[in-house]
Amino acid sequence: MSDVSARQRACAPTDPEWLEGAVVLATQAGLPLVSRPFEAVAERIGATPEAVEACMRSMLERGAIRRIAAVPNHYAIGYAANGMSVWDVDDALTAECGRAVGALDFVSHCYQRPRRPPVWPYNLFAMVHGRDRQEVEGKVATIARMLGDRVRGFEVLYSTRILKKTGLRLRRGDADATQPTRAR
Amino acid sequence: MKADQREVGVRGPVAARGGTSQSARPRRVLDALDRAIVNRLQDGIAVEARPFATCAAELGIDEASLVRRIEGLLADGVLTRFGPMYDAERLGGAFSLCAMAVPAERFDDVAEVVNGFPEVAHNYERAHRLNMWFVVGAGSRADVDRVVAAIAAETGIEVVDLPKIEEFFVGLRLEV
Repeated sequence: MSDVSARQRACAPTDPEWLEGAVVLATQAGLPLVSRPFEAVAERIGATPEAVEACMRSMLERGAIRRIAAVPNHYAIGYAANGMSVWDVDDALTAECGRAVGALDFVSHCYQRPRRPPVWPYNLFAMVHGRDRQEVEGKVATIARMLGDRVRGFEVLYSTRILKKTGLRLRRGDADATQPTRAR
Repeated sequence: MKADQREVGVRGPVAARGGTSQSARPRRVLDALDRAIVNRLQDGIAVEARPFATCAAELGIDEASLVRRIEGLLADGVLTRFGPMYDAERLGGAFSLCAMAVPAERFDDVAEVVNGFPEVAHNYERAHRLNMWFVVGAGSRADVDRVVAAIAAETGIEVVDLPKIEEFFVGLRLEV
């Protein structure tokens, strides 16, 4: 990647900030599928394997990397339907509700967001996946039962069209793309 | 995990149109080992010299076979990605989920304006009064605010700005 080599020229490979940026750029499309993947990353960016491993452990510890894991194509594994369920729960109970909902295996994202009355009364968002819309409805009902009288109201918003889908920019000034290079 | 083989269909983003009627085009039949790998790898690997060797031992196969299987699962579109899942916000960006109630007759024109901003990463039509939902990502909260204000000004439509307050879980962790 040309950005990486530009950075390499500009900073010393021992600079932690440089290293982190180089590791992000070299791995955001995926980890090399080789026996020693972190060594391969190190070789690509011109750092030592030990430095790359320490850098990635540090990012894992502070949550900048959530996991080093496989992301399934949920359509491909049979989960064709997804709905954005939105919930109005008491602000004081949002954290306990959010943790409980986030722990469900059919929820892929669970966030607290602000209400915007009067147009938007919901403060808890949970993306629910199922094989079809009926299964999603059933899972939303499971959440509703679990949360019980802590819920004052909820809705499920289904996407009807993708209007734009590009990768989130991971770092200002760097190349875009959380988008996979291998996805079809 | 069931022992039977299940046909899977691999389709592009258009599959997100929702509903149950689309017929999936099967491209790969997942066998028991594929499913064990997909389930295991969603939990993540450790940072160590040979992480695939460790995982392979858990799965009762050798390292080279595991790597080949992962390559195949990626090539067949069963996995979209294998690697670090970055939290872009903790790497120094700012993001917000935004929604607008766009009149039907202006929908495509407004979508064009919104999509024209490079800071808009995803944009979805959703079945709701608030029918356009998009993510704005920029270098700082002030930059996000500027983009949100510019979208409202250019479209003349209120932008409901819903930045994350707390994250409870992110990740797809679907058993196959």
